Amino acid sequence: MKIDVRLYATLARFAPSGSSGRTFEVELSEGSTLGDLIHFLQLPIDEVKLHFVNAVHQELDFPLQNGDEVGIFPPIGGG
Amino acid sequence: MWFVRIDMTNRSAAVSEAPAKYKYLAGRAMTSTLVADEVPPLCHPLGPSNKLVFAGGITTGTPAPTSARISVGAKSPLTGGIKEANAGSSWAADLAVMQIQALVVEGQPAEKGKYWGAYITYDGKPKVEFFDATEYTGKVLPEVFPKIYEKFGDKISICSIGTAGEFGYGNSGVVFNDLAKRPTRYSGRGGLGAVMGSKGLKFLVLNRENAPGVHIEDKALFDEGRKKMIDALRTHAITKPKGALNSYGTAVLINIMNEAGGLPTRNFSSGRFEGAPKIAGEAIFETNKERLGKELYNHACSPGCIIQCSNTYHKVDGSEHTSCIEYESDWSLGANCGIDNLDHVAELNALCNAYGLDTIETGVTIGVAMEAGVIPFGDGEAAIKLVHEIGKGTPQGRILGAGTETAGKVYGVKRVPTVKGQAMPAYEPRAVKGIGITYATSTMGADHTAGYTIAPEILGVMGKQDPLSNEGKAALSRAFQATTAFIDSCGHCLFIAFAILDIASGYQGMIDECNGVLGTKWTADDILKYGAEVLKKERAFNEAAGIPKEADRMPEFMLKEPLPPHNQVFDIPESALDSVYGEL
Repeated sequence: MKIDVRLYATLARFAPSGSSGRTFEVELSEGSTLGDLIHFLQLPIDEVKLHFVNAVHQELDFPLQNGDEVGIFPPIGGG
Repeated sequence: MWFVRIDMTNRSAAVSEAPAKYKYLAGRAMTSTLVADEVPPLCHPLGPSNKLVFAGGITTGTPAPTSARISVGAKSPLTGGIKEANAGSSWAADLAVMQIQALVVEGQPAEKGKYWGAYITYDGKPKVEFFDATEYTGKVLPEVFPKIYEKFGDKISICSIGTAGEFGYGNSGVVFNDLAKRPTRYSGRGGLGAVMGSKGLKFLVLNRENAPGVHIEDKALFDEGRKKMIDALRTHAITKPKGALNSYGTAVLINIMNEAGGLPTRNFSSGRFEGAPKIAGEAIFETNKERLGKELYNHACSPGCIIQCSNTYHKVDGSEHTSCIEYESDWSLGANCGIDNLDHVAELNALCNAYGLDTIETGVTIGVAMEAGVIPFGDGEAAIKLVHEIGKGTPQGRILGAGTETAGKVYGVKRVPTVKGQAMPAYEPRAVKGIGITYATSTMGADHTAGYTIAPEILGVMGKQDPLSNEGKAALSRAFQATTAFIDSCGHCLFIAFAILDIASGYQGMIDECNGVLGTKWTADDILKYGAEVLKKERAFNEAAGIPKEADRMPEFMLKEPLPPHNQVFDIPESALDSVYGEL
């Protein structure tokens, strides 16, 4: 299945373009979870804090579906 | 401690010992108490009975980190209710080290069109002299500030207003200098610049030479608290050096609010903006890197800040364009207007700073004007022209300068995102329910800082709560509003909350610092009570000013129009909204 992924802030360095927020496609085997995706992308888990699937925050055991949009962030704040 | 009262009716000043009954009051607690005690709730905000009150927080002027905050209070011309607007500046620390607990500007001169400055020095006690400031009016602030430094020397701090305040706009801030002497640090919200302008006051200049410093009752306890606070700020991922705030500034939030479907776009008609990555904090960082040929990390807005989240944005030729593009400004002047050109956003931001405007109110007003068809969504150059009109006081500029609600009425727009007359900030209430409760119920009108439930609802600070759920959100907003009223009084920047809500010793550090300064023995329960008392006073003032609990409501379009991408409406029951203050 194909997943659209966006990595943000300091995690952007793990994206193919190196750019924050630019969508890229990842092919994963059926039944993969959000945690599997993070493992596949080789993101340092202690830098990963917030993960959205189709605009809703989900935990790492969340099962992904073909066509899902995933956004992953390190710890951030502002206001 | 001193009370300095400046009466602009006859340009006289009175310096007296601070009243004993106000002994433990500082920051927002001080300004709101004084406004509640001395300003007639039904007075005209721009008339002689309103008072403009300045107070630093409990730890302001001490070595406590990130504590140079100033509260400015009055009856607001924008909301008609009580207002406290908070900024970080050396001005705050200077007021505190002169041991001025409250600086109160009252009265009104009979003569129109003449403006004055007050120069405050310390010689055994605070001393006030007046100077004619009329020659500095009608000009942009970056032109004026250097002249005041030239006149009084480099060691001063400056508080002022721009043309927005001179014109009496509901959208007008009170501005303070940053550490590079720029006019950029704003107590922006609620039209307090117009209150200062209505009194014929253009400047409050402080010179801290010979000031005695802040008296600390229990130095050992204070130092213990200060260390705990420093440790929390230096270790938390959000506030630590080269962490998110220091690297990308507050505008790092653009992408996450967009990803969460809660970034208000094109006058609150969508929660997603396709241009978000182009204007986000990361884009500011990358653009600076490209234009300067090196990475640029952010700076402190005020002395002693160790979070250092203020950015500068640079032009193609590497020269400075503006400081600081905050998340709120980036969003209001960017996504909310459908503008994805960072150079246009930067210019709009620079103009707000130059004319003395609140960036949130300005961007939301332009969004409403775009909705009305005055200019198209996304047209940055046309938006720049509109802000010039506001700053120069053309007839159309005056309508827009009156604020979002007035502009909405004039242009016949029904999608007007305000509560109690104040424009909503950068979080969409239909996608983040708790912050909507804060907007609806805050004594300040729509105000994210009054109870920042975004921390648990979006950022995973203090646990993680579902932003789309209504469950427990009234209680969450109430607790945040009370805690915030204390933080706004303690002198620290609200951003310490990111660290101390996750790190318990940091929270205790804040309490220890305050107990150290004041010689009190407050517990965590006591500071919540202190915050709740502030809220109760503000609420009572608003009720007496004719703002009933029925004003704690969202605009109708948010109850009826589902917002993409979540396609939800704001569905918090009225009983839940009423419980926020009903059960305080």
